[in-house]
Amino acid sequence: MTISADAVNKKFNIDTVENAAKTPDTELPWAELGLKQNEFDEVVKVLGRRPTGAELAMYSVMWSEHCSYKSSKNHLRQFGEKVTDEMKKDMLVGIGENAGVTNLGDGWAVTFKIESHNSPSFVEPYQGAATGIGGIVRDIISMGARPVAVMDPLRFGAIDHPDTARVMHGAVAGIGGYGNSLGLPNIGGEMVFDAVYQGNPLVNALAVGVMRHEDIRLANASGKGNKVVLFGARTGGDGIGGASVLASESFDDTKPSKRPAVQVGDPFAEKVLIECCLELFKGSLVEGIQDLGAAGISCATSELASNGDGGMQVELTSVLLRDPTLTPGEILMSESQERMMAVVTPENIAAFEAVMDKWAVEYSWLGEVTDTGRLIITWDGEVIVDVDPRTVAHDGPVYDRPYARPSWQDSVQADSFTGSVQDAGRPSAPAELAAAVTELVASPNMCDKSWITKQYDRYVGGNTAMAFPDDAGVVRVDEETGLGVALATDANGRYTYLDPYHGAQLALAEAYRNVATSGAVPMAVSDCLNFGSPEDPDVMWQLAEAIRGLSDACMVLGIPVTGGNVSLYNQTGTTPIHPSPVVAVLGKLDDVARRTPSGWKEDGQAIYLLGTTAAELDGSEWSNLRGHLGGLPPKVDLAAERALGEILINASRDGMIDSAHDLSEGGLAAALVESSLRYGVGARIALEDLLERDGVDLFTALFSESQARALVAVPRSEEVRFKDMCTARGFAHLRVGVVDAAGGQLEINGVETLSLDALREAHEATLPKYFG
Amino acid sequence: MTELPLIGEAAAAADASGARELAGARIGVVTFPGSLDDRDAARAVRLAGGTAVSLWHADTVLADVDAVVIPGGFSYGDYLRAGAISRFAPLMSKIVDAANSDAKLPVLGICNGFQILTESHLLPGSMIKNDHLKFLCRDQVLRVENNSTMWTSDYAAGQEITIPLKNQDGQYIADEKTLDALEAEGRVAFRYVGFNPNGSRRDIAGISNAAGNVVGLMPHPEHAVETGYGPESNAGTDGLGFFTSVLNKLVGGAK
Repeated sequence: MTISADAVNKKFNIDTVENAAKTPDTELPWAELGLKQNEFDEVVKVLGRRPTGAELAMYSVMWSEHCSYKSSKNHLRQFGEKVTDEMKKDMLVGIGENAGVTNLGDGWAVTFKIESHNSPSFVEPYQGAATGIGGIVRDIISMGARPVAVMDPLRFGAIDHPDTARVMHGAVAGIGGYGNSLGLPNIGGEMVFDAVYQGNPLVNALAVGVMRHEDIRLANASGKGNKVVLFGARTGGDGIGGASVLASESFDDTKPSKRPAVQVGDPFAEKVLIECCLELFKGSLVEGIQDLGAAGISCATSELASNGDGGMQVELTSVLLRDPTLTPGEILMSESQERMMAVVTPENIAAFEAVMDKWAVEYSWLGEVTDTGRLIITWDGEVIVDVDPRTVAHDGPVYDRPYARPSWQDSVQADSFTGSVQDAGRPSAPAELAAAVTELVASPNMCDKSWITKQYDRYVGGNTAMAFPDDAGVVRVDEETGLGVALATDANGRYTYLDPYHGAQLALAEAYRNVATSGAVPMAVSDCLNFGSPEDPDVMWQLAEAIRGLSDACMVLGIPVTGGNVSLYNQTGTTPIHPSPVVAVLGKLDDVARRTPSGWKEDGQAIYLLGTTAAELDGSEWSNLRGHLGGLPPKVDLAAERALGEILINASRDGMIDSAHDLSEGGLAAALVESSLRYGVGARIALEDLLERDGVDLFTALFSESQARALVAVPRSEEVRFKDMCTARGFAHLRVGVVDAAGGQLEINGVETLSLDALREAHEATLPKYFG
Repeated sequence: MTELPLIGEAAAAADASGARELAGARIGVVTFPGSLDDRDAARAVRLAGGTAVSLWHADTVLADVDAVVIPGGFSYGDYLRAGAISRFAPLMSKIVDAANSDAKLPVLGICNGFQILTESHLLPGSMIKNDHLKFLCRDQVLRVENNSTMWTSDYAAGQEITIPLKNQDGQYIADEKTLDALEAEGRVAFRYVGFNPNGSRRDIAGISNAAGNVVGLMPHPEHAVETGYGPESNAGTDGLGFFTSVLNKLVGGAK
């Protein structure tokens, strides 16, 4: 079935450029489309006349916060400025393209990126989360890569709030339904419950892809006379934010006035699109390629044209439609999924069409690359858009939003957990400590997450070397050599609320540590900055501080930010979410067979705790369980993180450790339980030396969230070598116990013995209890 | 220390057991639009020592292959009943003819492939949505109930194996008469052990046709062929036997 837009276009009262020039005083719905007065004035100034309806549609979406980064751009620059030679050496493509590309060696490159799909996932959790996966995967394809894995950090409201189940079931099913159908293993993520996300859950999605160096593709339209083609799914009325306004373009009052603002995903179409694009790349059949995500054709045409060397001419009635009643503005703004735009030389047209036909993918030739420097869009031959594409794609407004340290920050930081009302009756007796450990590992944020992960395919592709619940997901890239990548995502909204600068650094430090714990060398960073309204100076300060903290920390750790996404206006009413910079770190393993799992197996191996423990309970999971949030987050020590990382990586490479687990939320208590439950193998632990060395009590040793620590299991034969290495590097290390395979229990001196069966039951019961 | 076995050891082991002659056997792996585990099935064939041949659903001629694997995935999105569209692929009619011919082409359907085989009536019954209505991915224990098929002869009768299970529509159903006949004829090839993950009738995980050349199952043997990339139990290579079985049968009828 072919619906010809041409057959219905006469229904519209087309607002041409010619008409716009003649009717300067026509009222336009710029405010309803989200533009501010000054922004609309700027559009008029740029064009030298009022915009047409179609132009207004393009500018309004492309100058939106989501597409233009207008509030964050001034701050995000730091990621490009604070870069050392060390950070640049493996970066093949940096920030600004669909996703950054990092050199893996042996001719391999890896591209990864994390993005948000928060608001759609609250409105319609299944489709919102599903299309979040779809969008990030298309970013990866656009770089010329084969996607190889996905991850999904999730933050939902209180676990016992009735609406949380709606979001949880929908989002998890959507991520599974879409990702599983693409054949992409889901190798990890996060799950945090906190009431601050009740009216604004965070659904972030990460995708990673690999390619040979020669296959890297960029989004630009070059070469006069080259053809512009749109392919994949048809364009429909889904995902149009301001559709009700644009309907005023139409004479036809019977058409639906409101269309769903949430896109609807078709994973089958995306899977076919992946294979089809990879075949195009293999045959070198496209010159430039761009996925269609936010702002749809508006974004793809203006970005391709402005990144190229000329202009572009496009006939909009050539777009294949699902709904023939769409207006030109709606077609330009539609965010229908599973679409790609490419630039093809005339001699490759036949070969391109053969690939489309093989995969039964629909396509339509929209126009061609020109040397006019203008993006011209016609509707049945009449010019409805005539703009300099740079003004749409790159020269949007940039705001220096006012920001200031919130007036409440000092009092929040002064309110330490230690000695607070909530700290009364701190556990100290053996039975109390055992109960506390059990309570911790059964708590919503520390409990077993397999209720979620068992709904995701982690095996497809045959290259998943590690996935949940290990610290990082590990995927093999090269079957011959075992070369592979490790990925981890982390954020702690509570830490970041207490101190945005250091909180963001703590997120980076944890992701870095997780990657190093797996044995991989950290190489690159992608971040998804989830914050409240930038128009609130308090929030803007949080954002500015977080970006400053992250970019400073990247310099110290020597790994660059290669891409990411900013998601603002995350709030319920006027209450913003905790500032939640989600940081993804990518690392490299020369041979994934050397990866280090998070649990111990072998009886008699020595358990070492690396790093030192201070009394750092503010912002901790324990304080969260007691309903307290105040004080200062754990101290950041990036030099220590780097030293720890080197020890973990070398120990993995040289076969000195059999397991490693980082200490983060829940501290040593959580790490001991998780390392025991991983393979159902217990341990005997004695912390007396630690208490003496670090000057803390047993409770603090177990529940403090001091950074730069990890728990490792060392084979007896490697113990001397391992200790020598730690000593030579001047890194604190202490033997705290031994693996005990026979006991089926976790024995900690001073804590009533915990049976693994009871711990497992407590750990695994929480999510099924709330979500069935 | 205990080292995780390095990649390729499974292949090396296969080599040692005479893979060179097995390489002469060509096993086709069909790709439909929406197939996901096709490259994994081809890898399993290679690791077992055979030669994997890519087949395309739209081909009207069945290439020169000695056996065929129909892999997992969501062919055509499975928006209709799983496998209901794929059974009409041009290549499927060739596969059905070859499986039913005197030559008895060995055919293995995994997950979506099993669904396609039931839709093609090479195997009886059908799959409906899991009884718990969710996608489920887990390491699943199966018992080999029949080790006389083309795809199970390298296993011992009654042997328990662990391979991944991952699907949304995995609940095997058939009428009682069909189920009784399958049991009576020894055509229940695999049964779930310990836990029925989807409500399948009589814990059935996989079945064969009467001749034993066509086998279908919901769990994924091709994801348990390499240590380190499959289940953590039993070296994670319990699935390799499917592929070595057919290769050994094809090359000289050993075992």
